[in-house]
Amino acid sequence: MIRFEPRERISARRRIGAPVLAALAALALASLPIAAAGAPVLEAYALMARGALGSVFALSELLARATPLIFTGLAAAIAFRAKLWNIGGEGQLYAGALAAVAVGTGALTLPPALLIPAVMLAGALAGAALMLVPALLKVRLGADEVVTTLLLNFVVILFVQMMLEGPMQDPMGMGWPQSEPIVDEAMLPKLLERMRVHAGLIVALVAALVVHIVLTRTVWGFETRAVGENPEAARHAGIPVTATVLRVACLSGALAGLAGVGEVAGLKGYLTADLSPGFGYAGIVVAMLAGLSPLGVVVAALFIAGVFVGADSMSRAIGVSNYLADLVVATSLICVLISGLFVRFRVRLVRPGSAKGGGA
Amino acid sequence: MTEILDILLNANFWAAALRIATPLIFGVLGALICERAGVLNLGIEGIFTAGAMAGWMAAWLGAGLWGGVMVAALAGALFGLIHAILTVPLGLSQHVSGIGVTLFATSLSYYTYRTALPDVSSPPRIEAFPPLDIPVLSDLPFLGPALFQQTALTFLALALVLAVGFVLYRTPLGLAIRAVGDNPAAVEAQGLSVMALRIGAVVAGSALMALGGAFLTMSAFDAFFFGMVNGRGWICIALVVFASWRPGKALLGALLFGAFDAFQVRLQTEVGAFVPGQIFLMLPYLLSIAALVVVARKVDYPRALLKPYFKGQR
Repeated sequence: MIRFEPRERISARRRIGAPVLAALAALALASLPIAAAGAPVLEAYALMARGALGSVFALSELLARATPLIFTGLAAAIAFRAKLWNIGGEGQLYAGALAAVAVGTGALTLPPALLIPAVMLAGALAGAALMLVPALLKVRLGADEVVTTLLLNFVVILFVQMMLEGPMQDPMGMGWPQSEPIVDEAMLPKLLERMRVHAGLIVALVAALVVHIVLTRTVWGFETRAVGENPEAARHAGIPVTATVLRVACLSGALAGLAGVGEVAGLKGYLTADLSPGFGYAGIVVAMLAGLSPLGVVVAALFIAGVFVGADSMSRAIGVSNYLADLVVATSLICVLISGLFVRFRVRLVRPGSAKGGGA
Repeated sequence: MTEILDILLNANFWAAALRIATPLIFGVLGALICERAGVLNLGIEGIFTAGAMAGWMAAWLGAGLWGGVMVAALAGALFGLIHAILTVPLGLSQHVSGIGVTLFATSLSYYTYRTALPDVSSPPRIEAFPPLDIPVLSDLPFLGPALFQQTALTFLALALVLAVGFVLYRTPLGLAIRAVGDNPAAVEAQGLSVMALRIGAVVAGSALMALGGAFLTMSAFDAFFFGMVNGRGWICIALVVFASWRPGKALLGALLFGAFDAFQVRLQTEVGAFVPGQIFLMLPYLLSIAALVVVARKVDYPRALLKPYFKGQR
């Protein structure tokens, strides 16, 4: 028998070491499918590392890829902190992107210093509004937010398709379902000449810092954590549980919406229905890897982005399917879940029958 | 109005409704068994994909159609086992573990498919299950084409509704499964193993879910392609709530859903010029959300759902 004994104190080293080990374990496990595909494992990893870190271009790609992941990771982390299971990051991302395009393609003519914030605000508000619906259904009617946020992802993506084939289609787009391009004044500036990394990264890093400060230094952050740990006790302590959940929902949706803004107004310049390769879902992995810590989200997002960018370039080089990246991300999530146990519990092997035993 | 009547009086419409409902019947039954034992299984979307891929690939490699079905069920059981181990003895968050299993099963299926077939632009096809030709019933006017010219997997799904209902409500095992999702401490007091019951239920339920996926590749379409599951698993999760965790209502919900879906496709050809097609495609999801909201108020769900249980806990 295996027995778990809760640890009284969890050292910082253990708290930080566990997800790092989990990430390494996921990478090690990924060598199995690489080998199964008949590719040289060590060379594959070398190519992956070079593809993610080996040049200024690679680093720029890594940071560009990490930007939406920081946003969606923060969105999941803050919601999960309050035990609000927001699985709808993907839909909120598209809602944010749609709003950014609605405002940024010529509806407003302002100088960049005003237009860029307006576009971001629109995206954040759209994401927040979208997350508010399942949150209200949860607190008022008791509808499970896991299912509602998930189902809304499909609704939003279909809505985006509908807009892109209808009212928001680019008349110059040769019939492709894509939006008009965002005007230059609304585009987030690039951080490096001729590279893809853009100012959205700065916003994402600031957002991580702000969420960290809010969670650790403010009354509201305390309330959020209290609601997540024990809603009944929080209610007894006079914490406005419903209001807290709704605020968390808005913040979470807004952050995921900003991920969409960054992708259209920072990178692509226009909206298509395949804008996100699942950033909303990957954000859940980022948040779990980070132990739901906002600053940890930045590190975890860089790791996941590295896996994606590295696996892309590796798969091109030696012909291993780039679904390997998704596989590593999924394995990371499972590994980090298990490693979390070793952080919180001391694991003992107990011989059945003996009350206290050292076991094997 | 006459268009609507024309649709409803057409045997092909009812045949399509039953066909669309079939994977959902497998999925809802599987999810229902897991949840009855107290474990939410959000791995379903990935398990569908794994079942679709594994069944198809086994058949393609020459295992035969029923061999493919077995392989699909086995694949589902394995991913179910991962979810069961993470959530039952280890007591991890069922939400997060389920998402993890979905991501893992989906990416592993796609990876395996791509590795086996590196540069195929059009997916290879298999000889799928043919519609059964049942001597008298298939020839009945209207009812024949509507209900009895389905493939063997559809009849298997319908038989499973009866079987799952019988096991859950008429056998000691079913009583134990229902109790373990309601009051695990009482089950333990009876000298039964909460852990074994829950793991068994999740594994068996996941195997059923995978059959829903296998239906997609081995009966509905005769190939595997990316994104083919397309949210069907999540719909099943919503349908379980709609069904109030009862197999009979699960069948009803899946059939209603199938009928609705078949209806919207046909209505779309009538009014498609005026209404964008996406509106119709959105409706199933919006309807599921609405059903959740309506039903959430009055159902008595398994009371130990989502709650991990450790031995000796009261």
